[in-house]
Amino acid sequence: MASDLLYILLLLAFSGFCAQADTLSNVKAKNVLNCGVSTGLVGFSSTDSAGKWKGLDVDICRAVAAATLGDANKVRFVPLTAKERFIALQSGEIDILSRNTTWTLSRDTSLGINFVGVNYYDGQGFMVKKSLGVNNVKQLDGATFCLQHGTTTEMSLADYFTSHNMTYNSTLSDTSQQTKVEFETGRCDALTSDRSQLHAIRTTLKQPSSAIILPEIITKEPLGPSVRQGDDKWFNIVKWSLNTMIGAEELGINSNNASTQFKNPKILRMLGRSGRLHKHLGLDKKWAFNIISQVGNYAQSFDRNIGKDTHLKISRGLNALWNDGGILYSPPFR
Amino acid sequence: MAVFKQQTPKKAPNPETKIVSWLRENLFPNATNSALTLLALYVIYLIVPVVANWMLFDATFAPVSNEQCGIKGACWSYIFEKLDLFIYGFYPPEIYWRPQWVLILALSFVWIAKLLKQHKYKTKITITLIIIYPIISFFLLYGGPGLEIVETYKWGGLMLTIIVATVGVIASFPIGVLLALGRQSKMPIIRFLSIIYIEFIRGVPLITILFMASVILPLFFKEGMDMDKLLRALIGITMFQSAYIAEVIRGGLQAIPRGQYEAADAMGLNFIQKIVLIILPQALKISIPNIVGSFIALFKDTTLLLIIGLFDILSMVHLTTSDEKWLGRSTEGYVFVMVVMWIILYSISHYSKVLELRYSTEHKN
Repeated sequence: MASDLLYILLLLAFSGFCAQADTLSNVKAKNVLNCGVSTGLVGFSSTDSAGKWKGLDVDICRAVAAATLGDANKVRFVPLTAKERFIALQSGEIDILSRNTTWTLSRDTSLGINFVGVNYYDGQGFMVKKSLGVNNVKQLDGATFCLQHGTTTEMSLADYFTSHNMTYNSTLSDTSQQTKVEFETGRCDALTSDRSQLHAIRTTLKQPSSAIILPEIITKEPLGPSVRQGDDKWFNIVKWSLNTMIGAEELGINSNNASTQFKNPKILRMLGRSGRLHKHLGLDKKWAFNIISQVGNYAQSFDRNIGKDTHLKISRGLNALWNDGGILYSPPFR
Repeated sequence: MAVFKQQTPKKAPNPETKIVSWLRENLFPNATNSALTLLALYVIYLIVPVVANWMLFDATFAPVSNEQCGIKGACWSYIFEKLDLFIYGFYPPEIYWRPQWVLILALSFVWIAKLLKQHKYKTKITITLIIIYPIISFFLLYGGPGLEIVETYKWGGLMLTIIVATVGVIASFPIGVLLALGRQSKMPIIRFLSIIYIEFIRGVPLITILFMASVILPLFFKEGMDMDKLLRALIGITMFQSAYIAEVIRGGLQAIPRGQYEAADAMGLNFIQKIVLIILPQALKISIPNIVGSFIALFKDTTLLLIIGLFDILSMVHLTTSDEKWLGRSTEGYVFVMVVMWIILYSISHYSKVLELRYSTEHKN
């Protein structure tokens, strides 16, 4: 009996603690969203010459700020190194972590954080000299690879080649800048790294057209934003902010046409002109409209940060919509 | 009897032979040194033209885009484009005048203190300025009544580097003096605590302390309550620096001859008077070169702020290299930081030499 009482007391104390951890009210009270980003990663989080943050990861922060506060600029960006990122989220210094973080089982379960979805499907790829005449990985048997020392890249490459009964040599460097130099001076036949990085490295080559990036990906690196465990309401808000960007692309809504009159009931529901979806999230009626009109849909964000409007020119590939050859898929808005 | 005879005047040494003889004496006195000289000349020949071509002759200075810059030489357009970010970080451009005034005030206060050399209230005015200045600076930089508030996460670039280094050295100075005196104290507990503190801090690298301040400390706070990151870093740096200053000043204290202490006792001065009037002025004067040395070390150490996500000048360069419009210009950025750091640090060490001469009471030969 006494132990039961103790248990109930503990539960009450715990629920009291949970009620305190209401991220949405905190964000509204502060009138600013604290968002953890990287200390500089091409196309994902970086600043322009005026010091304004931009990038694919940055746009997630802006989308959530637009949904909760009605203004995509009410974000305080907290640049974090790889080691700091989870602690910053756990300690409440940031409300969202949007820092090219790979969604893995151990991170999702043991760090006290929850991944809300995927905003970029990355994976380890290969860049080779065009003059080699290679057009898929299978032809690289016995080749020499430039790669960064101490990363998972090294392990994945070994795994892949062993499982395919192929041999390889490697030239190790400490930074991605050095791998580029080694590749350029011809110390290796191919450079391997995450594909988003390969595209960035390729644009800095003396002759970018002399190298090609092979279509294969040998690892899965789904990158996505995450939030603290224990606040399901906030988890839902961030998850559906991301889904809004993807869903808007599917429905053909973008920042330019969001204000026009639509007839499609799906669009009307998403934009909050009919139905009461916003009530379930505890947000303002215009939350999705704010995201789309201020940040844009996923395609717009992709194109202006890493896609065809940039020097990186990363193709959509896996990151195209499910009905367009990719695997991006938003559950329906109803 | 010696008779004075008109001597024919010797010919003035030919300037050319002078150069030749200088060369022979200094560069080619024997076979080994000649070989070394030739080797050095060869190395210079290898390096200098390449560097000069890259930095000056093939470089682009005009405000053009990354593509127009080309890849032959340096693209200084990148530095010009990002200069505001390198200097002020994310500080709002329309109020750059605030950090500028902080600098102007610093210079003018130093100038005023200099003008007052023989003034009767010199010490009082100087002390007032020293106390007022940090308050005004903080008000200007951070804001307050009447001024828009600029939160510390927007501070960055060279401005942040200078703030952190200056606050670090100024705040650590009094603590360092107390620790140095504590280490010399006759009271065992104080001596023991000072020794533990100094030896503990000197035994860990600055990067560990910064990491503790930024990563471990927040775990002890209640969720949602966060202490300013810059403040945490400043406390860490001050803790670190005070241990080093303490050791530098202890060196100065130990160099004071026993007779000075005894003379002060004989004059009937109490402990505080003895330390403040007799011992410290001499000890500090001896310590100037080492204090400046550790300030220079601290200034360079501020670049470690990168690992806790604060944007000093080096981190700012690192961040801008990831701008998709300016990819591949990291070398220019790092060279720029090197030049800026060198100018600042060399000026400081030069100034310390001037100070040393000014306060020197030794007999000069």
